Order: sequence, then structure tokens, then C-alpha cells
Amino acid sequence: MIRRFLTVLALPVTLFLFWYVASRTSESFYAPPLRTILVAFGDTWTWPRLRADVLPSLGRLAAGYLLAALLGVGLGIAVGASRRLRAAAEPVLEFFRAVPPPVLVPVIMVFAGIGNAMKVIVIVSGCVWPILLNTVEGVRAVDAALSDTSRAYGITGFARLRYLLLPGAAPQIITGLRQALSLAIILMVISEMVAASNGLGFTIVQFQRSFAIPQMWSGIIVLGLLGFVLSELFRLGERFALGWYHGRREAQRRS
Amino acid sequence: MLEVSGLRKVYRSQRREVEAIRDLTFTVDDGELVCVVGPSGCGKTTLLRCVAGLLGPTGGAVRLAGNAVTGPPPGMAVVFQEYGRSLFPWLSVHDNVDLPLRQKRVPRPRRAALVSEALTAVGLDGTQQSNPWQLSGGMQQRVAIARAVAYEPSVLLMDEPFAAVDAQTRAELEDLVRALWQRLGVTILFVTHDIDEAVYLGQRVLVLSASPTVVQDELLVDLPAARDQLHTRADARFTALRARVYEQIQAAKGAQPNTAISS
Repeated sequence: MIRRFLTVLALPVTLFLFWYVASRTSESFYAPPLRTILVAFGDTWTWPRLRADVLPSLGRLAAGYLLAALLGVGLGIAVGASRRLRAAAEPVLEFFRAVPPPVLVPVIMVFAGIGNAMKVIVIVSGCVWPILLNTVEGVRAVDAALSDTSRAYGITGFARLRYLLLPGAAPQIITGLRQALSLAIILMVISEMVAASNGLGFTIVQFQRSFAIPQMWSGIIVLGLLGFVLSELFRLGERFALGWYHGRREAQRRS
Repeated sequence: MLEVSGLRKVYRSQRREVEAIRDLTFTVDDGELVCVVGPSGCGKTTLLRCVAGLLGPTGGAVRLAGNAVTGPPPGMAVVFQEYGRSLFPWLSVHDNVDLPLRQKRVPRPRRAALVSEALTAVGLDGTQQSNPWQLSGGMQQRVAIARAVAYEPSVLLMDEPFAAVDAQTRAELEDLVRALWQRLGVTILFVTHDIDEAVYLGQRVLVLSASPTVVQDELLVDLPAARDQLHTRADARFTALRARVYEQIQAAKGAQPNTAISS
């Protein structure tokens, strides 16, 4: 356990130390020594600042991500379960997936303004596609023998959704959710950079524009940490939701 | 009574039609154990899926207690060959057996009793909280059998249930099926490609022809009801019946009609 912990920490710590040492004597205005950045970090990210800028960002992120998850999984199950719907919807879906989500920011601004709604819509419109497409694939991949079994034993309607389709598609749904999580963070930051009055993206741009370079770097570190914490939380959730999946894979590998 | 009359199934794809089953007519009386054998690829699984209401026939009809089967009928349970794929890997053994009962709205205390009785009957005490993939293949198929038994079906369909387990487990499971059948008085339609298994298990054996399938032969297994792996299989009558089925299957293979009709 301790050994695993050390293995995980070794590389980040090394990189950090390397940055620290290499930047020690830096005189560049744009790449200040890490020491300066860390001092700025402590001064900048105080509780009032966290509440004023990080919490709104997290709120938008959560709202957009959860909405995208609901929409993506809901529509994905419907499309995946119906062959006709799939044939009709798939080309369109692939098209929307191919549109790089950041280009939607200006478009969405036009009709949704620059408030919270705009940011949430941006996040939803970018995140929904990987979730949706992965869910469709997951539902299609539900085992035919298991599907027959369910029908034979009268497991239909809501029970079919609850006990067959959702858990059967869960491995792929979770893959989609993971892709969407990193997208959500990116879109949150971008939408705040383009038009906002608070939030992490807004703050980082403000620092850059006012030449507060160490503060700007510290904001980037906050973003990195945020992404790391969220993906760790995601991993925990996945381990809980997909315990059976990993267990079975393990069992199959042994035999 | 289960009646299959004039059953025909043609698979259509864009390019061609394949007549899997041409004309099958037979009946299975209440409480009977009938085995269906045939050369490989003769549409045994198609037949079973039609009987189970999972597949609509092209012609003819399946009737259960006088009612036409158009979808999976209540009171019918199925055990498939692919035990690893017919149990819910995300549910425990207990929940796998319990779920169909919940769908049938069996009251909770009755469900608990049925589940534990069924698991005991197949020799799986103490595995209730395991996941299916933690068990061996033979044990997984026992779970599938327990699920079918707990469902209290009037008809039990088994589609080559032991084709994927090792020979010793297979012998045990065959005896288990006979024991359960005798105890529960359920009607069993047992599909297999194994001639010995068909003769050993069945009261009657239906021999199917090669595809497009018809009933090639039907024979009564006049062996005593109490059977065991050692003596029954060494019995002269068993050997004779086995030889007859074997001959019929060989004949069926020899007289193979054209299988595909181009359209």
C-alpha cells in the first residue's frame, strides 16, 4: 500500500522538484521561479477567492456535466435500443461529435448571452456526444444471450432498463463519462475565458492581462489540481459501479 | 400440453433465404421429458427459440395448453447453453435467481423460500452472495437451472445446457435434471446434440433431420425410470436405443437436401 503510494507520487514529485530547481534563477518575466509562483499561490487562493471564483466554476461544471450525463445516457439508451432510431440518428450524431466543441462558444453566446446559462449550455453541448455515442455502443453490445434470457423470464419494460440495459452498457457509459469529464473542464475554462465576470478561466485571463504572471501560473496549477482531484473521484466511483466488470475480467484472465 | 404443429422457419436476408425448419409437428404431454437430437446445424436452437416465443415462426404454430405462443409465455423457463452469458454478471447468485420471481410479483417471503430451496436443490448452498463469474462453469449452469426451477414453470426448455461443461460435471448435471424432473413433475423439452445424453435423459427422443428440418424419427425410451450413469449406460437396451438414434442421424445426414433456396 505504502509502496504503491510512493510509486504514484514519485514522478509528480520529481517533476515538481525539477521545475523548482531549474527555475530557481530564472529572470524571465513570463516564467518566474516556482518559488515565486508558490508564494503567489498562497496569497492568491484564499478562502474568499475560492468562494468567489472556484465555486462558481465548479457549479457550472457540475450542472453542465450532470445534465450532459442525463441527456447522453437517456438518449443513448433510446437510440441504442431501437434499430430504426439508430439508423436515422447515427450519421447526425457523428457529425455533431466531429464539431470541435470550443467553436460552439461564440454561437451559443449569441442566443444564450454571457451568463451562467451560456456556460452550462456550452459544457452540455460538448460533453453530451461522447456520452451519447458510447451509451449507444454499450446498449448495442449488450449480450444477445442475456437479452433472450431477460425476455424469456419476463424482464421487460423498466426492469429491462434497470437490470439489463443500464448495467450491461455501464462499462461503455463510464468510458464516455470519463472522456466527457476532461472535456467539461476544458469547456468550463474556455467559456469563462471568453465571457464571464468570475470563475477560474476568467481569473486566469485577468491575471494575464494585468501582467500578474506568478498569479496566472498559480491559477493554472489550481486547474491542474482540480482536474486531478476530479479524475480520482471518478475512479473511485467507477470502481464502485463496475466492481463486477473488473472482477469478471480478473477471473477470466486467471482461468 | 405443448403442441408444435407444422412449424416452419425461414431466415431471410437481403441476398437469400435459408429454410432452417421445414415442417415440424410433435407434442409433449404434461410432465413428460422429451429430448430432441439432430445433426449439428439442423435448427435445434431455432426450434427451441420458436417454442420459447423468442422467435416468430414463418409458418405453423406452437401452442402451450391450447394457447398460441406469440411471445415468451408465462410459466415457461429456459436454460441456455451459454451459462456464462445467460446469468447477470452484475447481480449476485441470489439476485439472479430472485429477479424473475420479482418480475412475476411473487410475494417476498415466498421468493426467499423459493430461491433458497432452488439453490439447495442444485447443491449451491452458501454461494448466494457470490457473483456468477466467481463460480466454475458447472456451478454457473447450476445457477441457471436453479433460476429455472425457482420460477416454478410448467414447461422447462433446455438448449444444449451441458454442451460447454466437462464430462464429469455433465454426468452430474444430467442426474440433477432427472431428479428435479421426477420431483417437480415439470414438462421438459431438452435439446442436445449428444445421442447418449438424449437416450439417457428422455422418455422419448425426437430425431430431427438435417436442415431444412423435419422429424426424422421418434422413439420411446423404454428404460426403467430409475437410471444411473453406470448401469443404465451399460444396459443392453440403452445400447440398442443409442444405436438406433445414431443410425437415424447418419441417415439424416446422408439424405441431406439442398439447404439454401436462392430467391
